[in-house]
Order: sequence, then C-alpha cells, then structure tokens
Amino acid sequence: MIGQVTGHALTFGLFSVLVLGTLGITVWARATTRGADDFYAGGRTFSGPQNGIALAGDYMSAASFLGIAGLIALSGYDGFLYSIGFLVAWLVALLLVELMRNTGRFTLGDVLSQRVRRQPPVRRAAVVSTVTVSVFYLLAQMVGAGALVSLLLGIHRGEKFLGMSASAARTVTIVAVGALMILYVAFGGMKGTTWVQIVKSALLMAGAAALTALVLGRFGFDVGAMLGSAADASGKGDAFLRPGLRYGQDVPGDAYQTIVNKLDFISLALALVLGTAGLPHIVNRFFTVPDGRAARRSVAWAIGLVGAFYLMTPALGFGAAALVGRSKIVAQDPSGNTAAPQLAQAVGEHYGGRVGGDVLLACIGAVAFATILAVVSGLVLASSTSLAHDYFGQVLMFGRPRESQEVAVARFAAFLVGALAIVLAVAARNLNVAFLVALAFAMAAAANLPAIVLTLFWRRFNSAGVVAGIYGGLVSSLVLVVFSPVVSGKTDPVTGESLSLFPASVDFHLFPLENPGLVSIPIGFLCAVAGTLLGREKADPERYDDLSVRALTGAGAH
Amino acid sequence: MVGDSKVGGRRERGDVAARYAPVAGYEGFRLLRRRYRRSALVAATLFLGWYFAYVGLSAFARGFMARPVAGDVNVALLLGLVQIVSTFVMAGAYLAYARRRLDPLAGELR
Repeated sequence: MIGQVTGHALTFGLFSVLVLGTLGITVWARATTRGADDFYAGGRTFSGPQNGIALAGDYMSAASFLGIAGLIALSGYDGFLYSIGFLVAWLVALLLVELMRNTGRFTLGDVLSQRVRRQPPVRRAAVVSTVTVSVFYLLAQMVGAGALVSLLLGIHRGEKFLGMSASAARTVTIVAVGALMILYVAFGGMKGTTWVQIVKSALLMAGAAALTALVLGRFGFDVGAMLGSAADASGKGDAFLRPGLRYGQDVPGDAYQTIVNKLDFISLALALVLGTAGLPHIVNRFFTVPDGRAARRSVAWAIGLVGAFYLMTPALGFGAAALVGRSKIVAQDPSGNTAAPQLAQAVGEHYGGRVGGDVLLACIGAVAFATILAVVSGLVLASSTSLAHDYFGQVLMFGRPRESQEVAVARFAAFLVGALAIVLAVAARNLNVAFLVALAFAMAAAANLPAIVLTLFWRRFNSAGVVAGIYGGLVSSLVLVVFSPVVSGKTDPVTGESLSLFPASVDFHLFPLENPGLVSIPIGFLCAVAGTLLGREKADPERYDDLSVRALTGAGAH
Repeated sequence: MVGDSKVGGRRERGDVAARYAPVAGYEGFRLLRRRYRRSALVAATLFLGWYFAYVGLSAFARGFMARPVAGDVNVALLLGLVQIVSTFVMAGAYLAYARRRLDPLAGELR
C-alpha cells in the first residue's frame, strides 16, 4: 500500500512537471506570436527536421502508442498488421506534400479554393469537413484520455480516489485535459503547439526505446525467444503470430460472414492508407516550414520516426503478452489499452524491484499523458484555424478581414471547439468510441483526398466538384457507420452482450462492414467527378495552369 | 502589417489570379510536370500495390503467411518487417529522385 502511494505521488509529480513545462512553452509562444503567420503556421520558421518530429508527434496518438501495443498484446500479429497501414500512408503524403505546401497558406481550404471560380461554398465545405473529422477524432482521444488517465493513476472500477468514483474521475480528467488543450491552442497557437509536439515526440520515442531495450534484454535480446514465449502465454499458440485473430476472421461454416470480415479488413486498410494525407491537423502542419522542399523533408523525417516507432511496438505488445499475460491485461482494461504501462511495471519490477516497477510505470504513464495532451491540441488547432481563416476571414469577411481580428476569432474558436469536445466526451465517457479513429481516417480519405487530388491534377475540376466530393464523402461515411454493426446489432456470440454503441436490444444495422472506406471513398471520388460534370460552371484553364506552376515550382508561395 | 492584403489572397486585378499561367507553356515546365507525374504514378502504383498485396495475403493466404522462416519467425512477420523497410527505401528513392531530377528544373522556373 505504501509502495502504491509513492507510485501515485511520483505519477502526480511527473504529470505536474509536464503540465508546468508545456504551459511554460505556451506562455513563451504567446509572447512571441504576433500575427496570422505566427498563430496558424508558427511563423513558418520551423526546419524540416523540427516539423517532421512534430508531425510524428501529431500522428502518434495514444491510440497508436497504447492502442497498438494493447492490440498486439491481445490479438498478436494483427495488431502489427494494423500499424503497417498507418506507416505506408505517409508515402501518399510524401508525394503530395510539396504541392500542397506550395499552393496553400494555412489550411486545406486554401489549397482547394485556389483555382475555383466560387470560393465561399468551397471554403464552407472545407470547414465542415475539417471540423467534423477533427471533432470525431478528438472525441475518441478524449474519451480514451478519461479512461486512461484514471487507470494510470490507479483508479479501478468501483474504487474511490480522493473521494471520487471511477466515473467521476473520468469526468474530471476529461475536463482537465480539455482545459489544458484549450490553453495550449488559444494562447500558444501553432508555435506553442508545435513545441509541445516536439517535446512529446521526443519523450515518446525515448520512452518506447527504453522500454523496448529493457523488454528485449529480459529475453537476452533473442527476438525468437520473446515471440515464442508470447505465443505460449497467449494460449493461442502459433496462431498468435499469424494474421487472422482479429481482422478478416474466418468463421467456420459461414462463408458470407467470412467474406464480410475480409472485406471489412480491406476497407480499414484502404481508409488508413488514403486518410492520412487528408487529416486536417496533418495538412495544417505542412505550412509551418519555409518552403515546399522543407515540407518534403519534414514528411521524410516523420516517415523515419513513425517507422522506427512501429518497429518497436511489436516488442512492447508481444512483450506484454509474454510478461504480463492476457488475463491481467484484460482485467485492467478489456481493450488492452493499459498493456504498455503494465509492461513497464512488470519490467521495472524485474530489474529494480517494487520501486523500479513504480518508477517505470510512472514514466510511461507520463509519456502517455503527454501524448494525449499533444494530439488533442493539434486537433483543436486545426479546427479553430479553419473556422477563423476559412469561414470567418474568407466567407464572412469576403477575404478582407483585419489580421488581428481573424486571430482573435481563432483564439475564441479554440474555446468553442474545445468546450464542445469536452461536453461530448463527458457525455460519451462510458461508451466504447474507439471506432471513431478509423471513422475519422475514412472520412478524411473519402471527403478530403478526392478534392485534393482532383484540384491538383484534373483540369476540368470546379467548385461544384469540390463541394459535391467533400459532402458526398463525408455524408456517405457517416451514414454507412450509423447503419453499421459498430452502432447497433453486434453482439457477443457467447454472452449475448452488445459489442455496439447501442444495447443489444436495439438493432437497426443495414450495412455489414464496420469500416465505411471501401464504399465511401469511391463515393467521394464519384461525387467529385459527377459534381464537376453536372455543375454549370466551367473551370478556368488559366487558373489551373497557374496552380500547376505554383504547385510544382513553388513560385509565388507564401 | 496589420490589415494588409496578405490575409486575403484573392484576385486583386483581373490577371493576378493567373499570374504564373504562361509558365505552363514553357518546355522546362512541361518536362518537370511529366517527370513529377511519372515518378508519382510509378511510386504510388508500387507502394499501394505492394501494400495491398500484403493485406490480401494476410486475409486470403493464411497458410502461406504461417510458413516458418526461422524459429518462431514466419512469413507474415517477415513480410511485415519488409513493409516497413520498403517504405523507408521507397521514401528514400523518391527523395533522391526529387532532389536530382525535379528540384533543379523547379529552381530554374521559379
């Protein structure tokens, strides 16, 4: 008990250091942020490597650190398989980043409205898509944060902590994380948020590397031995090291369900690979560097870091399966999100006894906390930038806002979006909303990617095409998910308990796949093409030529 | 400068919105565009094809993926590792190509 109390104190201490440090960065950033370039794009003075580290920080959410480690710990190989899509996706970004950097100023809306004749509807569509994708992603992160931080502080179901129940502790955590995120964004802008990302990225890589080394050391640096003992401990034997435990499951005697499962997996893979380059918080980060070449270099850095990280996660996941064991992991959190912290404790205990376990647990917990804080800030910043720049500045003020006014609106929008996210996350705090991450990727791929690609490469593309593509991709993804098994109608075949958002008694599912991408991404492209051909407006060939020259040469870039 | 025209970025005089359009006709630009499009198309086909081949094998060729390579390491684990390495290689190749064959052309036109 005394050990646990010291552990808690250490965790609290490290969390406080993180909060104070990042608030310090925010105060400094506030003092040096002058205009729109500073607030939205950090003054465009970050170097390629700096921005690459921040990109990796924006991308590697708690869902990738804790989620993928947990997925590997419980489902073995399929967790690793899942992570590969997140990495390969960056190659799409690598091919597009320079062109996007060269044609935009701050946002996706800038890129899309460069060559069209009618800007306002295009800007509005970009705002709707940016805010929708960001808020869904944000919701997943914040609900996860509530559960996670409570667990990291050692508050279990039914336990009291400082006089609070676990559910109340979740609410408090969500509100605290939300308040911090609003402070970072509203005051620090892109400059503050970027430095927070860089710090978080460094902590995450260092933490993962240290834990990986300790885990491998535990097996005498014999990867085969680690895999073998993970497979043995999982109770699934060799199947643990092969695909199929989670994605594209074979259902004996049910050929239809087997095919549905495999298509569902392909649908997920498609959304992951095509979604990254359309995620608003990633796109906005392309504009924080001086030019297109630096943007390309920053994506290369992100690929290196994200790849290195996903090379380490199997050690964490398989290590947790072997050293912590399935039953202990599931007892803490049924979806395995605490596998990495539990592994840290187990490994720490092996090397340094009780104290070692507490110290390592507190350190990894702090890394996870930093990860959550940094990623949610990136998402709020993307939304508020889009609302202020695209909607307020370009639509409401006809592209002639006072710069100081627009930045003030952006700061206010951060409060608004942050407050909305807090309210939604508190309402959903006890629901399983992990599917929202995959949904955000599917929406980004279906709504944003077609518009980006066709803007850059199709001469005839016009305003009607952009608008139809964005709304078509967004709405089809949403509708398909609402009528999918993640919302209703999926039950555990053994216990009959609901595995969906709604209780088992409610079932209105019509669409068999859990991931909409396979259908909604083609719909997004089709709507974009159909909107272009059906719209009465003719594209301006001169403006397309102008955009092509800017995109490829960097001429006239901001 | 507060309130200057930079925030707008809209058409000021009729021709400003298409200031660089004439460059699109230059021989150098056509070459740059051809090279970029070809390299992007080749790269995208290669990495998407290879990734979905891996996804397809994971979904439909489980017997093959389960074959042992060395000890507990099987084909599935090896191919996953190769995906990560090939992503690095592909990124490196595109970066080198862009630096050698695209950037000098873009520099001349800018």
